[in-house]
Amino acid sequence: MAVVTEDPKAGFRLGMLIYDTRYRSITIQIVVLFLFMAGAAWLIDNLIRNLEALGRGIDFGFLWNRAGYDINQTLVEYTNDSTHARAMLVGLLNTLLIAFLGCIAATVLGVIAGVLRLSKNWVVGRLMTVYVEIFRNIPLLLWILMIYTIFTEALPAPNAFRGENPAASMALFDTVAFTNRYTAIPWLVFDNSLGWLQLGPIWLNLDLTVIIVALVGGFLINRAILKRATRIQEATGIRPTTWWQSLIALFGPIILVKFVLGTHFDYPSLQGFNFTGGLQVSNSLVALWLALTLYTAAFIAEIVRGGINAISRGQTEAAFALGLRPGRTMSLIILPQAMRVIIPPLISQYLNLTKNSSLAIAVGYMDLRGTLGGITLNQTGRGLEAMLLLMLIYLLISLTISGAMNVYNQSVKLKER
Amino acid sequence: MKKSVFLGTLAATTLFAGMALAQGTSTLDTVKARGELNCGVNTGLVGFAAPDANGNWQGFDVALCKAVAAAIFGDASKVVYIPTTSADRFEQLTSGKIDFLIRNTTWTFSRDTDLKMDFVGVNYYDGQGFMVRKDLGVSSAKELNGATICIQTGTTTELNLADYFKANNLTYTAVPVETNAEGEQQYLAGACDAYTTDASGLAATRAAFADPDNHIILPEIISKEPLGPAVRHGDSAWGDVIRWTMNALIAAEEFGITSANIDELATSSQNPEVQRLLGSSTDNLGAMLGLDAGWAKNAIKASGNYGEIFAATIGESTPIGLARGLNAQWTQGGLLYTPPFR
Repeated sequence: MAVVTEDPKAGFRLGMLIYDTRYRSITIQIVVLFLFMAGAAWLIDNLIRNLEALGRGIDFGFLWNRAGYDINQTLVEYTNDSTHARAMLVGLLNTLLIAFLGCIAATVLGVIAGVLRLSKNWVVGRLMTVYVEIFRNIPLLLWILMIYTIFTEALPAPNAFRGENPAASMALFDTVAFTNRYTAIPWLVFDNSLGWLQLGPIWLNLDLTVIIVALVGGFLINRAILKRATRIQEATGIRPTTWWQSLIALFGPIILVKFVLGTHFDYPSLQGFNFTGGLQVSNSLVALWLALTLYTAAFIAEIVRGGINAISRGQTEAAFALGLRPGRTMSLIILPQAMRVIIPPLISQYLNLTKNSSLAIAVGYMDLRGTLGGITLNQTGRGLEAMLLLMLIYLLISLTISGAMNVYNQSVKLKER
Repeated sequence: MKKSVFLGTLAATTLFAGMALAQGTSTLDTVKARGELNCGVNTGLVGFAAPDANGNWQGFDVALCKAVAAAIFGDASKVVYIPTTSADRFEQLTSGKIDFLIRNTTWTFSRDTDLKMDFVGVNYYDGQGFMVRKDLGVSSAKELNGATICIQTGTTTELNLADYFKANNLTYTAVPVETNAEGEQQYLAGACDAYTTDASGLAATRAAFADPDNHIILPEIISKEPLGPAVRHGDSAWGDVIRWTMNALIAAEEFGITSANIDELATSSQNPEVQRLLGSSTDNLGAMLGLDAGWAKNAIKASGNYGEIFAATIGESTPIGLARGLNAQWTQGGLLYTPPFR
């Protein structure tokens, strides 16, 4: 009798999920995933149940109630009659403002400090070493508090500007006042302001929009002109004169906007308790910005130094052999290559700066943590909801920054063909 | 293996502890079993709750903690003082970390209902005021148009301030500060024209200045701030213990029972209400609360009656220098009026 042997590949038995090496790892992963999700679900369920037992179920309805408090720095329209959601938006914009200002200043300062730290000039190199070591080895909160305290204690109160022989006087031809509350500076105002445009929940400042469009448009037109010039040069060998076209493209639109809107400067003057007119840049913003910048720039300087050191010495020597001066060598040969090493850790520094900006509450700067996570939380007592929202928003901001920087990284990274 | 089982058990216990709390075991039993009272107080406000030079907590609020501990254990020292900030005080209470909250906390509608707390009474009738430098030449809060004002975030004062300035059609700039100490520093440096908080807090803050005479508290009181102890919502049996201990201190002042004459009155007083209060009558009020018959006697002995506590911690002979004002007995034109002990 012939023995019929079964083809081993034909059937699939349940046991193969464990005994067959082809499936085993997947089985284990799925089991672990299920266990993890069950654990997480149990914890969340437990939390919700307990909160409900306390009569405090999760409810985000408070966001649409009247906030009732005032915020000292608002980039969009806000009064104490606005909702908590609106207050959250004000805080979010303040967070984005400080993060934006901080990232730009920290990058500029960090690159300069990083390059100078490698300087052949002994004094300059050591000075930068001292800067980096001091700032990155002392907690950020202390820097913020110290800079803020220096502003508060060292600068005069607005009261000191009063009277016949004031104890303090305004700087820069009587246009700027440094006080221990804010710096009052002249500010552009528009005679024919275009006002605000409401698009659903978003209010758009039309004046600002027009200016941005004019600037960006001018820049784009200028780029097109230069591209055309390069094309002609490549085709004919003669580069057409473009400087006057560039000038018109860059400054034409913005000058036109100035005449249409009718701008003039509004100067600060002392009225009653405080300066009015112009723009008051609060010390909490400046102190926070300075501290975040100096602190993060120290880390960026180290990243830049590491990136530059990663480029082989041969590149520099080759550039020198071609007759490039050291400055040109750095900007044309070394830095573009170093960027590939610098960008990834730079992203984490930007993320750090943004998250560190939540220390703003220490100096009373009303960022997201100060409005949603501070006053709103305290007034409504909705601690869990506010914290969940805060975490979600910071996560989204960080992921956005990270995503944008990764796109940039893709464009500068070494392309292997 | 053993370790992970242990950790698992620990985690489970912690979670179930939270559940057990929610299911409403009597807080009084928990406190008795623990042998100590967890009292949530201010992080440091001289006169109300602050550690003295030797690290012992002293103050008007602290005295109530002591009285409650004395009513439960017969020993005023069995208190653990847990400092709470204006931001975390409610979470501390609802999470069960403290047994009751006595931290200059204003009794408001939403805190009583939405935040699920039960306020059991008022131990200090306060109101929000403003402090300014004398040389500013301001004599009324209505003259503060355009001023920069320092304010503690996370308190009812923030909303009162916004409402008051709105109602009077005035503008201001707020400088939010986290703690009283920070507010003090900003105010003294001139970073704000005025400092606002409860009038009692202003008096306490001013008392700590090097030159208290150069600062004035403006006459306007812009809000009602009834400060009182709070317990968790639905914890009424425990709330009764706190409420009636506080009422016992107030009643003691009304009946003239002081820490000096209490032992004498406990045996000799012919007033039936005094006898009931001090546990010398056959009506055992203590048992109705789940306490000893001598509960109120012990509570009053801890730091004296309401008037004695007031005089010793925040009264006119102390650096804080607060007058009794609204906090006088109803017989003296104040608002202190305790329901009868019967």
